[in-house]
Amino acid sequence: MIPVPALALRGLAKRFGDTVAVAGISLDVPAGSFYGIVGPNGAGKTTMLSMATGLLRPDAGSASVCGVDVWAQPLEAKRTMGVLPDGMGVFDRLTGAQLVTYAGLLRGMDRATVARRTVDLLAVLDLAGAADTLVVDYSAGMTKKVTLAAALIHAPRLLVLDEPFEAVDPVSSSHIRQILAEYVRTGGTVIVSSHVMDLVERMCDHVAVVAAGRVLAAGTVDDVRAGRTLEERFVELVGSPHRSEGLSWLHTS
Amino acid sequence: MVAHLLRLRLTMLGNGLRRSTWQVIGLVLGALYASSVFVGVLSGLAYLGRRDAELATTVLVLGGSLLVLAWWFLPLVAFGVDGSLDPHKLAPYAIPRKDLLLGLALAGVLGIPGIVTLLGVLGTAVVWARSPAAVAASVVCALVAVATCVVGSRASTTVLAPLRTSRRFREVAGVVVFLPVFVVVPALGWASRELEADRLSFTEFGVIISWLPFGAVWAVPGDVAEGDLGMAALRFAVAVGVVVVLVFTWSRALDRQVGAPVRGGTGGARVRGLGFLGAVRGSVVGAVAARCLTYWVRDPRYASSLAVVPLLPFLLVFLDAGNGTALLFLAPLAAFLLGWIVSADVAYDHGAFWLHVVTGVSGRDDRLGRVLAAGVVGLPVTLVFAVGSVWWTDRWADLPTVLGTGVAVLLSTLGLSSVVSARFPYPVPRPGEGPFASPQGSAVASLAVQTCGWLVLGALLLPTTVLAVGAVVTGTAALGWATLATGVSSGILWAVVGLRVGARIYDARSPELLQQVLASR
Repeated sequence: MIPVPALALRGLAKRFGDTVAVAGISLDVPAGSFYGIVGPNGAGKTTMLSMATGLLRPDAGSASVCGVDVWAQPLEAKRTMGVLPDGMGVFDRLTGAQLVTYAGLLRGMDRATVARRTVDLLAVLDLAGAADTLVVDYSAGMTKKVTLAAALIHAPRLLVLDEPFEAVDPVSSSHIRQILAEYVRTGGTVIVSSHVMDLVERMCDHVAVVAAGRVLAAGTVDDVRAGRTLEERFVELVGSPHRSEGLSWLHTS
Repeated sequence: MVAHLLRLRLTMLGNGLRRSTWQVIGLVLGALYASSVFVGVLSGLAYLGRRDAELATTVLVLGGSLLVLAWWFLPLVAFGVDGSLDPHKLAPYAIPRKDLLLGLALAGVLGIPGIVTLLGVLGTAVVWARSPAAVAASVVCALVAVATCVVGSRASTTVLAPLRTSRRFREVAGVVVFLPVFVVVPALGWASRELEADRLSFTEFGVIISWLPFGAVWAVPGDVAEGDLGMAALRFAVAVGVVVVLVFTWSRALDRQVGAPVRGGTGGARVRGLGFLGAVRGSVVGAVAARCLTYWVRDPRYASSLAVVPLLPFLLVFLDAGNGTALLFLAPLAAFLLGWIVSADVAYDHGAFWLHVVTGVSGRDDRLGRVLAAGVVGLPVTLVFAVGSVWWTDRWADLPTVLGTGVAVLLSTLGLSSVVSARFPYPVPRPGEGPFASPQGSAVASLAVQTCGWLVLGALLLPTTVLAVGAVVTGTAALGWATLATGVSSGILWAVVGLRVGARIYDARSPELLQQVLASR
């Protein structure tokens, strides 16, 4: 028997006006994997993840989380997912503690559990000192971290994180990576999008290369990079538009 | 370089228009409206110029002064100054300061307000059609006047720019600076009635203004027309001096601003504990309501609406003809203001609304939570205002009518708002913007949605209104009690219907709603 994938996309497609953002993506994210999605800017990563997490209705195709269709049974599918979207903002007039608490309460959790987990999450993410500060006064990195806490509070089986390391300092970043690795070790599934190849290569066990709304390669990291570094393989797949002669006038000597 | 800056500004203007059909429609309608008003005003002035040159000068001086003051200070309050050519964004390009100043000033004219001002001010030349010398003076003065407006607005915003980067200042200023308007307007009305005896005549007032920095330039053509060239030269010197001082101030402030790094707000506000959220035992409705209440208090866009409410009684007392009828509108008016805020709720959330979508909050929980928060604020206010207004006017017989109308308005508005915010989120200031910063080119869309909403609301309230008018006009007690009964029952009915319909719409299209509020800016 084939185990049910944590996330299964089938022919997912979306266009905005004349622009095709996602052109029919099919992808299986195995349960228990640490899955990286890499691609150049504008490849459709965010659009794809938005459709997978119930934030953007696809034009065609389906997405299911642990076998539950996100668009047919949204409530059940959303219960098993923790999501960190990119560039949508948060309720930033709440304090960090209030925001995480709010996320827990919206999930229908009881007060005592929410309170306990909020304290734990803020402590682990190094935000305990800023728990009573309004999120609007947080730095970009702190905002990412508090949003991650809000995504973790209901102990989801699948975490979908869009650009979780952007603007996060190296110390916090390695800290978050440890937390995510531990989460995967204990049976969780993580999907991260990023355009930092090094990070994905070190952190993830699976990777999908996305460009122009399509999956160019997907599988375990070792399969995809085929003996080279992920970055070399990525540039080869996506194709570098730059000519080798470059900017001769920039050479100062 | 100056030409580059101007071309950049024009390109931005064009791109902005291309992005939104609504903005083009708004622009065309606005232009039609403005030009029709302006033609009317100018022909009036031209007539005045032929009949009574002194009065025409006074009108020009007062009107012109208001225009200049608006240019200087409105951008501070509304924070609507055009930021597309932010000196900070230009700082890396090492533009010579003289070019930067000239370019930014001319670019300031090249917006909609700038063009309208320029055309309008040039148009005032028709007043002096009979005196060629005055027409020439008028054209020269028009250019000086526009420079005063544009450079003044740049100077005031640049000088205060360091303050404006602090979040707290923006929030407080945005609300506080606007409040005096609500007090000053009725106070002026009152003063004009009381002070008729020993008044400062209109003309004398105009003469004083015509020596002030913002008024001098407007009086010059009149002096020329009357042949008083010495006076004209003096006033013109004042006007040009003002522009020089403004340019100097602006230039200094610009140096400081471009040199200084961009800062965020300094020092975060700290709030102990969880506030309203701490009181929620574990219900989704409660959580939504608690979060909304937190926003009602903490977000300036909500707080500014709340701040207007305590001023309503004063406004109505001044408007009142003397028999207390105006005050009867207090409770329904406050109920409407507070209830209608909910119609912008999801739009106010903006992108943060994703949290509701991703956690799978049901339409019932979302709608009910938002309405409860507004109700917690709105119901006590409505009741207190209803009782207070009949107590103040000593019209206790009208209490059932006022109560019935107030409750009907509050509940119906909340019900209707629940539908509007789920189906037709109209553009609002984005999180972190001043409460009076109107989003670019959204006025028409926002007005269309709200006007339709108000028409529907009028229809929903019709039975209650008819009974209420009957009760107040005839003074029949039975009609008053009928208003109360009808108001409360119809209010509950429309609230329930609105919540149900709103919840169904929300359940069907919360992802679309998220994309809609994200796209509107």
